[in-house]
Amino acid sequence: MLLRLEKRPEVSRAMRVLSPVIAIALTVITGAIIFALLGQPPLEALYVYFLDPLKWFWTQNPDDFWPLEQLCIKAAPLAMIGAGLSVCYLANIWNIGAEGQLTAGAILGGAIPVFFPQWQSPLTLITMLVLGMVGGMALAAIPAFIKNKFNASEILTSLMLVYVAQLVLDWLVRGPWRDPDGHNFPQTVPFTDWQALPQLGDSSIHLGVILAVIACLALALMMAKALKGYELRVLGAAPRAGRFAGFSRSGAVWFCFLLSGALAGLAGICEVMSTVGQLQPAISPGYGFTAIIVAFLGRLNPIGALVAALALALTYLGGEGAQVALGISDKIARVFQGILLFYILACDTLIFYRLRVAVGATA
Amino acid sequence: MSELLSIILTIMTAATPLLLAATGELVTERSGVLNLGVEGMMAVGAVSAFAVAFTTGNPYLGIVAAAAAGAALSIVFAILTLGMAANQVATGLALTLLGLGLSALMGEGFVGQPGVKLERIHIPGLSDIPLIGPVVFGQDVLVYFSFILAGATAYVLFRTRLGLTIRAVGDNHTSAHALGFGVNRVRLLCVMFGGACAGLGGGYLSLAYTPLWIENMVAGRGWIALALVVFASWMPWRVVVGAYLFGTVSILGFALQSKQLGIPPQLLNSLPYLVTILALVVISAGRTFNRSNTPACLGQSFVPDR
Repeated sequence: MLLRLEKRPEVSRAMRVLSPVIAIALTVITGAIIFALLGQPPLEALYVYFLDPLKWFWTQNPDDFWPLEQLCIKAAPLAMIGAGLSVCYLANIWNIGAEGQLTAGAILGGAIPVFFPQWQSPLTLITMLVLGMVGGMALAAIPAFIKNKFNASEILTSLMLVYVAQLVLDWLVRGPWRDPDGHNFPQTVPFTDWQALPQLGDSSIHLGVILAVIACLALALMMAKALKGYELRVLGAAPRAGRFAGFSRSGAVWFCFLLSGALAGLAGICEVMSTVGQLQPAISPGYGFTAIIVAFLGRLNPIGALVAALALALTYLGGEGAQVALGISDKIARVFQGILLFYILACDTLIFYRLRVAVGATA
Repeated sequence: MSELLSIILTIMTAATPLLLAATGELVTERSGVLNLGVEGMMAVGAVSAFAVAFTTGNPYLGIVAAAAAGAALSIVFAILTLGMAANQVATGLALTLLGLGLSALMGEGFVGQPGVKLERIHIPGLSDIPLIGPVVFGQDVLVYFSFILAGATAYVLFRTRLGLTIRAVGDNHTSAHALGFGVNRVRLLCVMFGGACAGLGGGYLSLAYTPLWIENMVAGRGWIALALVVFASWMPWRVVVGAYLFGTVSILGFALQSKQLGIPPQLLNSLPYLVTILALVVISAGRTFNRSNTPACLGQSFVPDR
């Protein structure tokens, strides 16, 4: 091998800050190569992809402000779910079924307009949001229970439930919950007035964006100041020490799954109460999975997740822009997201290790 | 009779991709590496097999492409987890996300194109025996290969020096290193083997199971294969049993659907996932049966210090 890892005597503080930045830079460089391979002029494509949505910052043209609103709207579910997942992953608990919990939240919250289409009051809004969180928690409780009771891998069980939740949603909107006046489209009645999220002034920014910011701040406070945050960090970094301190492992599993499930469910109900506007077979472009990347890019810190969510929302928005302007498939967004996570993980190694070039024979 | 035959044949087609991918992952995990990227490697295997078979018209070249693509993607995983000691769980997830994205991008031009089907072989006389003929002598090459693979894996892991090395590296990498084995070199080969097998499993989906390219056609089979390895408690022959059990469950959905019982198809389609959870619960509850075989260093990075 040409490169060799060497443990740093001390954790590198500089790398701790720099690693997400380096990861993003490497992703952009790789992006240029991919664009070139697809036969696009790399620099122009990069501009359309990563900078066009942010144009308002240097043009100050009101017409260019709209993409920024879209960026916040797309970042909201990512930040909510990502913050919850960062708490999980920090405690070494692997909930990767957020996409399913998002779906479950949308289903349970969306039941209100389906069964009580006439009910319109501020209470409708609150009930739907709460039910959304309950739905996400209910689905997340299954892997938590199985993990604690039978010690089965939460990774596999939480992921399996994603498929189950999506199939249930598919069945509901094609079957019993289908809008009778919907021209046979697989969708429920549209969510109107108090069944939808209120918007901020005359912008398209909705309540979900504010909830996402509150969620991230609250979780950051919990992780930094509350005993629970300390407990989770100890259990994640040193399970043995946590046991001696009397922290409950199974309690942490319950807490993390219910918390991240509730946030994923909230993200789901917010999506169907705003962008989507009703229940239909596809309600999310994989926010639950992209949020895994958000959690890591944010260095498993809820505030970091908020910033990282904006970065990943840009990949979605850029993908759409590139499809319109350059005729490249918006699937490229998912490739960029995957590559980004690889680079983040690689750069994180450099916090603890130094890369040394080994010349000549390796021992 | 013909209905029974068609059910048996469909069960085999459903079980083969699981058997291929799970056997590969079993070897990877026996060497101490947990690669959660099986789903992504299967997706890239599937699209590569389809693309090559479609452009050359030769499904056998498609098989080669599937294995090569799976192995190539697994090298990326190996660089990070072995070369840079990155967290294996997170890197595996990254591999799945990247693989699914790549396959969607690569397959864009192939959506809706007619695929090249991997034909079942036909031995005159033998294949014409009722029931036994088509089942035993009339399968496609990958079905036979999947059994050979499982048998060879069992033999190599437990009867050869190479297998002993792999298990030593997986059970105690420090001792294996002290004895002079190149821990990460052995692991690299095992990860690539797992990648090639996952690619083959994906290739089987787009060449034989449904000779088409549809985005998300792997549909969680990579994750089911991962669960199968746990279910089989890291024993190759039990993977065969498990794969056929799961194949049967997934076909059960289709079989019941055709009976017009009024059960929504979506609920029948969710059966394999629910059964996977159930199987994990049952196997994890029966501790003694399971734990003794778990590779002791599973999921741990090894950085030789000197």
